[in-house]
Amino acid sequence: MTAEFWVTQAFNGLSYGALLFLLASGLSLIFGVMRIVNLAHGSYFMLGGYVGLSVVWRTGSYTAAIFAGALAIALVGAGMERLFLRRLSGQTLGQVLMTVGFALIFQDLALLIWGGDPYSIQAPAALQGVLTAGAVRFPVYRIFMIVVAVGVGAALWLALDRTRAGAMIRAAVDDREMAQGVGINVPVVSLAVFALGAALAAAGGVIGGGFIGVYPGSDFEMLPYAFVVVIVGGLGSLPGAMVGSLLVGLLDNFGKALFPELSYFTLFAPMALILALKPTGLFGRV
Amino acid sequence: MIDRRIAAGAAALALAGLVAPTLPSYPLTLLTQAAIVAILAMSLDVLLGYTGLPSLGHAAYFGIAAYAVGILATETQVGFIGCLLAGVLLATAAAALFGLLAIRATGVYFLMITLALGMVVWGLAFRWVSMTKGDNGITGVPRPELGLPWNLAAPLPFFYFALVATVLAWAALGVLVRSPFGLSLKGIRESETRMRALGYNVWLHKYLSFVISGLFAGFSGVLWAWYNGFVSPVDVQLVTSVEALLMVALGGPGTLAGPALGAASIVFLKNFVSVYTKRWLLILGAVYIGVILFAPRGVLGAFRRGR
Repeated sequence: MTAEFWVTQAFNGLSYGALLFLLASGLSLIFGVMRIVNLAHGSYFMLGGYVGLSVVWRTGSYTAAIFAGALAIALVGAGMERLFLRRLSGQTLGQVLMTVGFALIFQDLALLIWGGDPYSIQAPAALQGVLTAGAVRFPVYRIFMIVVAVGVGAALWLALDRTRAGAMIRAAVDDREMAQGVGINVPVVSLAVFALGAALAAAGGVIGGGFIGVYPGSDFEMLPYAFVVVIVGGLGSLPGAMVGSLLVGLLDNFGKALFPELSYFTLFAPMALILALKPTGLFGRV
Repeated sequence: MIDRRIAAGAAALALAGLVAPTLPSYPLTLLTQAAIVAILAMSLDVLLGYTGLPSLGHAAYFGIAAYAVGILATETQVGFIGCLLAGVLLATAAAALFGLLAIRATGVYFLMITLALGMVVWGLAFRWVSMTKGDNGITGVPRPELGLPWNLAAPLPFFYFALVATVLAWAALGVLVRSPFGLSLKGIRESETRMRALGYNVWLHKYLSFVISGLFAGFSGVLWAWYNGFVSPVDVQLVTSVEALLMVALGGPGTLAGPALGAASIVFLKNFVSVYTKRWLLILGAVYIGVILFAPRGVLGAFRRGR
């Protein structure tokens, strides 16, 4: 266990946490506003990756892929919310089963359209190098992921904390009925938050496509991570999603490196413990 | 009403038992599968339908028992009784432990914590390779020797074995939900605060319901390992837990026969559709959505007030 090992693993954990933040921040916001346990959130990540892949194949533009993936999946998410989930407001179990139904359909559609082969999204040349500091190597793409996550996190925080729309979202998270009562159009806020959450997950999928690839099954593989982040951080809390992502990214990396056989256990057991001690998560409110 | 339901269920089981010898082996194995999965659905219904707690990690107990049987039956010489006891007891112990963590939470938080605990088990099944063989799963789990003239390796005797097990589980759970204990569970489902005010120990009732539910899920898992001869992380994954919820929702929570019927429907649907088309996931997904949209009473009747 040299110093390089710790630095490398910490850096890897940090960059993985950055990817998780893109996925989980949207899930957390959606949960906060609508109290929906969205099991289709991993599907947004996977579908975003596939849409991005197709855009890269057609246009060759990585930037266009990120935005096209985010936009396309935002529409998918908005459709799901507006046409289906809204009817089930307050019916927890019905919502869970419905989002599972969508997740299965998305999984099969992706298989139908893009086939079963794993792909990787080609990152621009500028993001492909490796920086070295002494014996430690830092892939530029991982640094890029961290930069994106920090940027998105800062933008989300500013938007939630400093803008009128953000105040409306926070009001809807705190108390849906009161927010409605003071004249906030909560259904529109819900729709917007759902679309935003789906878009963030999809953008994460495109960026993740250059890192872990785009493949069938990535939806249900990423979903547990997103849930762990949200549960640990606290449902509906942006700082919670930040801290949770960081924690989960690090735990996962060190778990895999130090106890490969128990790696999922080292991730999930602390979460179960946090939940048992503080059911609302680290930053969550009831 | 209740007696009529029991009579209908008994008639269906008797009919299944009578026609079984005339069936080709494929429908017979599906019927066996339906009988075993029906126990899982009924066990979840004790929690979901009668106590009002939607568990999103029920496959954990099913899977723990299946893994216990898989490991014991392939690595050691433990026989029928040993495997059965080990599987059921381990599942019950896991439910007893998880219940301590989960019962504190209500509503959506209960869903989340059971989901999380289910994932702990899935993570172990997937990665604890030296014990569980990881993604490859445990193959060649032998069916037990009962010391009786019938060989359970053949489809027909094993079907009757599973049928008897299902009848026993149904009867036991039927007695449970009609007992004073079962009635107080229903009371908790309807109004926790009122039951507390009446002096009932709500936490203990919920906890016992959780543990009993885990016990029967474990029983189902033991049978599953014998039936399938193969145990893998698929048996403990989230989708399996959700499928159990769908079975209960489809049949109607709060009735034992309903979830059993729901289980049989899903087993037959999955297998028949996958014969005719590769797109069975698409159809299964549509079934989820259709059930929620068009059969809300079966699905949500018990949950209209729940959050």
